Amino acid sequence: MRMLINSAETVVADALRGMAAAHPELDVDVERRVIARRDAREGGRVGLVSGGGSGHEPLHGGFVGYGMLSAACPGEVFTSPVPDQMVRAAKVVDAGQGVLFVVKNYTGDVLNFDMAAELAEEDGIRVERMLVDDDVAVTDSLYTAGRRGTGATLFVEKIAGAAAEAGAPLDQVAAVARRVNGASRSFGVALSACTTPAKGSPTFDLPDGELELGVGIHGEPGRERRAMMSAREIAEFAVGAVLEDLAEVAPADGPVLALVNGMGATPLLELYGFHAEVTAVLAARGVPVARTLVGNYVTSLDMAGCSVTLCRADDEMLRLWDAPVQTPALRWGR
Amino acid sequence: MRDADFFRRWMVATAAVVEREADRLTELDSPIGDADHGSNLMRGFTAVRAALNKDTPAAPGAVLQHAGRTLISTVGGASGPLYGTLLRRTGKELGDAAEVSDEDFRGALDAGVGAVARLGGAAPGDKTMLDALIPGVAALGTSYRAAADAAEGGALATVPMRAHKGRASYLGERSVGHQDPGATSSALLLGALADVADGLL
Repeated sequence: MRMLINSAETVVADALRGMAAAHPELDVDVERRVIARRDAREGGRVGLVSGGGSGHEPLHGGFVGYGMLSAACPGEVFTSPVPDQMVRAAKVVDAGQGVLFVVKNYTGDVLNFDMAAELAEEDGIRVERMLVDDDVAVTDSLYTAGRRGTGATLFVEKIAGAAAEAGAPLDQVAAVARRVNGASRSFGVALSACTTPAKGSPTFDLPDGELELGVGIHGEPGRERRAMMSAREIAEFAVGAVLEDLAEVAPADGPVLALVNGMGATPLLELYGFHAEVTAVLAARGVPVARTLVGNYVTSLDMAGCSVTLCRADDEMLRLWDAPVQTPALRWGR
Repeated sequence: MRDADFFRRWMVATAAVVEREADRLTELDSPIGDADHGSNLMRGFTAVRAALNKDTPAAPGAVLQHAGRTLISTVGGASGPLYGTLLRRTGKELGDAAEVSDEDFRGALDAGVGAVARLGGAAPGDKTMLDALIPGVAALGTSYRAAADAAEGGALATVPMRAHKGRASYLGERSVGHQDPGATSSALLLGALADVADGLL
C-alpha cells in the first residue's frame, strides 16, 4: 500500500503541522495535540470540545471554528485521545461558562473522556458530557458496547456549536446536542476495507464483488456481507434501515436533515449519484428533506463506501443548522 | 519480599515482550478490532520504561502508580485507561511500603483486576482481558509461573467466545474463532512477571 506519509509513527503530528500551516486562524498545538479556536475564550461562550481517533478527517479538527467546535483532540489513528489532551483543551477554551464534551460512543473514547472530565472538574472547570450513538447497524446493544457514534456527530457539533455561539448556557447547549443525537440515525456501507498506516495492509478481506453492510468507521467489518449491490439497492437498504429506526422519533412526518457521507475513497461523482437514489427513496416514502449535505465528512481513512445519516429536525435545530459557520471543512453564511 | 526494583524490572520486561510481540497483537486485533493493539501498547510501555529508568520511585506501590499514570497519558483507546487503572489501583493497594510480600501483591493485583472489571463493565466470558487476568490472579497463590500459564490458557480460551464488550462486540457471531488481543497482552504481562520472579530476566 502506497501512502503519502513520512512514517506511520509521525502521521498524526505531520498532519497537525499541516493544519497549522493551512489554518493560521486556528491554534494548533502539535505537541499536546489540541486544535483550538484562537478566539475560544472571547465573548464568554460555552466551550464545545470533541475528539477521537485520527483517520476520520475532516472530523473533528476540520470542524473547529466559528459556530462549531471550540477545540478538538486528535488521537492516534483510530485510537481515542488521552485524557491529558481533553483536559488541556478544556483549559484552553473555558471562558468560565463550562465545557461540553461531545463523545462518540466507543469504549476507548468514553473511558478517556470520562477520566478527562473528572480531572478538569478537579481543576474547577464545569464539564458536561454527551454521547453520540446513532449507528443503527448495531442492533444488539445489550450484548455490545452499544450503538456507535458516526455521521450524527457532524449534526451535533454544528447545531450545538451554533447554540454555544449564540450564547446559550451549558445546560441548554448540552440539551440541544442530546436532542439532535436522539433524533439522528445512521447506516454505513463499505465497498473496500481501509488500510491503517501502522498495519500497512487492509484491515479485513473483502473479495471482489462483495460489500459489507453496517460498517463502522474504524475499518472493522460490518453486520453482514452480501454480493455487490447497485447504488439504488444500497440506498434502499441503508435508508430503509435508518427510517425503520427513526420511526420512534416524533413527528413521524417531520422533515429531515440528510447527510450522504463518503468514507474516504469514494469519488463525489459516485456520492452524488448515490444521493440521487437516497432522495428518490425518501420521496417514495414521503419523507420531506429540509437540508442536505453531500461529501466526505466522517471518513474511515481510504475506505470506499458511504453512510446515510438522517436527523428528524425541529424548527430550532433547523435554525441552528442554518446559522453561520466558519471552519476548515464546513462554512456558510459568514 | 519484593522491592521497588522488582516491579521496575517487571515493567521493563513487559515493555520488551510487548515490543517483541507487537506485530502479533496487531495481527490479532485486525479481524476483530482495528489493528492497533500492538502499536498502542508498545507506545505506552516504551514510555513506562523510559519514565521508570529516568526516575524509579522508592516504593513498589509508587512504581506501579507511576507506570499506570504513564499508560493513561500515552496509550489512548480503551487499553490505556484499562491497563492504566490495573496498575494504578494495584499500586494504590500496595501503599508506600518499601517492600511487599507476595501475598500482599496478590491481594493488590486482585483489587486492580476488580477495578478493571468495574471500569470496563465486562464479565468473565465477554472475550476481554479479564478472561486472562482473572484465572491468572487466581493461580498466583500457587506460583508466578502458574499465574502466567493460567493467563495464557485464559487467552487461548477466548477463541470460541463471542465478544460482548469493546469494538469486537459489533461483530456478534463473527467475533467467534479469534483470540482476543487484550487477553493476549494480559497474558504477556503476567508472563513477564513470572520471568522476573523466576530470575530469568
